[in-house]
Amino acid sequence: MTPAINARRLALPILVVGLLLIFPLATTGFYLEFTSKVMILAIFALSLELLVGATGLVSLGHAAFYGIAAYATVLLSPKYGAASVWWVLPAAIACSALYAFCVGALALRTKGVYFIMVTLAFAQMAYYVFHDTKLGGGTDGIYLNFKPEVVLYGARIVDLGKPVAFYYVVLACLVLVFMFLAVLLESRFGRVLAGIRSNEQRMRAAGFATFPYKWAAFTLAGALAGLAGFLVAVKDGFVNPEMLSWHESGAVLLMLILGGMGRLSGAVLGAFAFALLQLFFQWEVVFGSFAKHWPLMLGGTIILCVAFMPNGLIGLPGQWRAWRARKAAGAARG
Amino acid sequence: MADAASLLLRARSVTRRFGGLTAVSDVSLDLAEGEIHAVIGTNGAGKSTLINVLSGEIGTTSGTVELLGNDVTKRSQPARAHLGLGRSYQRTTIFPRFTVFENCRLTAQATRQRPWNWWTAAATCKASTAMAREALDRTGLTAIADRTAGLLSHGEKRQLEIAMCIATRPRVLLLDEPLAGMGAEETERMLGLLSGLKAGHAILLVEHDMDAVFRVSDRITVMVNGTVIASDVPVAVRADPEVQLAYLGEANG
Repeated sequence: MTPAINARRLALPILVVGLLLIFPLATTGFYLEFTSKVMILAIFALSLELLVGATGLVSLGHAAFYGIAAYATVLLSPKYGAASVWWVLPAAIACSALYAFCVGALALRTKGVYFIMVTLAFAQMAYYVFHDTKLGGGTDGIYLNFKPEVVLYGARIVDLGKPVAFYYVVLACLVLVFMFLAVLLESRFGRVLAGIRSNEQRMRAAGFATFPYKWAAFTLAGALAGLAGFLVAVKDGFVNPEMLSWHESGAVLLMLILGGMGRLSGAVLGAFAFALLQLFFQWEVVFGSFAKHWPLMLGGTIILCVAFMPNGLIGLPGQWRAWRARKAAGAARG
Repeated sequence: MADAASLLLRARSVTRRFGGLTAVSDVSLDLAEGEIHAVIGTNGAGKSTLINVLSGEIGTTSGTVELLGNDVTKRSQPARAHLGLGRSYQRTTIFPRFTVFENCRLTAQATRQRPWNWWTAAATCKASTAMAREALDRTGLTAIADRTAGLLSHGEKRQLEIAMCIATRPRVLLLDEPLAGMGAEETERMLGLLSGLKAGHAILLVEHDMDAVFRVSDRITVMVNGTVIASDVPVAVRADPEVQLAYLGEANG
């Protein structure tokens, strides 16, 4: 790869990170918390992108891993004191990864629509465990009384209860996950996933046992969704079963479709676009009492996006160039 | 007749049934290093099923497959590929969005996978890049190494498929109709390529182009309805009355 291409590909992510870094200087309160939430959703979307965009495995049960880590964070924290982030975070991620490991072992034996249905079924199973048992407070959900502490050598280095501090922690996580995936996808492991996405049969003929690769990707995607789940539990201080519902799995899939699959920045862009659209359609100043029908307008917008932007938002520049080229060719002929 | 040491693949009484249909019935076949062994037969004779069984893509109902002295009857396709078996497909199966070079590099990577090394870019993997370059060199694709594979001509794609096969440095090549849909010039180039690959490889060639088969093959096996009706050197196969009747037609008689 030539440095020029590299620099161009890095320009947009660096610009976005720069803006996110200075954003807390310009705002506080609602918009800061909103952006924290969207960045968490972006991590969640990136974790699914590893499956859908990179490996070609369309999962409709990804919210299970997000929700399980969130519940684990609350359930593993003591009732009358703060847990240490150094053990509750790995433990929460491990819970999600373990569930992904088990689900993957079975679900990956199916393909296509069956894979979608099996992942959905396993997610619904997890949903009903939290929904119908007293384990996590049933339908009411459960509160996280004390946010985990970040203690290093006896000193509290970050207070996750402070919105600005928490914002920067989430931003750091987002950047790290993005960079990790960007490096991973260029590695030998990542190239095998790309090969599986393109033609799994050919990969097996070349000598790749593809199942372990898909299993590893599935488990890793579950673990990364777990990181997002941990962050959202800490942010809200509350979890309920709806975090594991298929609505949530569908929403994160829509973020990828909206942003554009096959590109990591598409997942991040999609998370922001989805959240902003949702916020916009809920705006009563603009839509009055119709704002309570926001899912209708959001759904319609997504249908239009899919119809007119087959490659998502991230594919728009390419689509624009192709359109210009066609127009130029047409003019030359005419 | 080749000696036992140069026999790289031996199939003994291989049978494959799909429900009530016996697609391959009691087929025995030897592939020797330095030889092109063609399998011919009408549509539905079981040629492609035979390749699928030998490569491990589908299992055998009975019989054994031996690869470089190992019984691989129960081994998976990737395991057989590791032992040195490469195959191409009747319908072109390349990675259309990758470059020609990356197509070969990725398949070459199968020989030394190192999946846990997530921090090193695959493009800097010395082993696989060297093997890919060699494969492109042997198939004459070096000049178009940076092109996107999906945009190549049909003939170039078929050549790339062979290059992807040999990038893994197999000893046995199972080629399913490498000449399908090719023009005269492309066919000549491909036949030259196949002859060049004879040294060091045992090649099984399934092909419909009879002129080409009789020109390049060292042995020919004729299949009808899943069974072998003749297996010999080309001259003898051409003279075999049963083959003439069943397959070549009276015009060749």
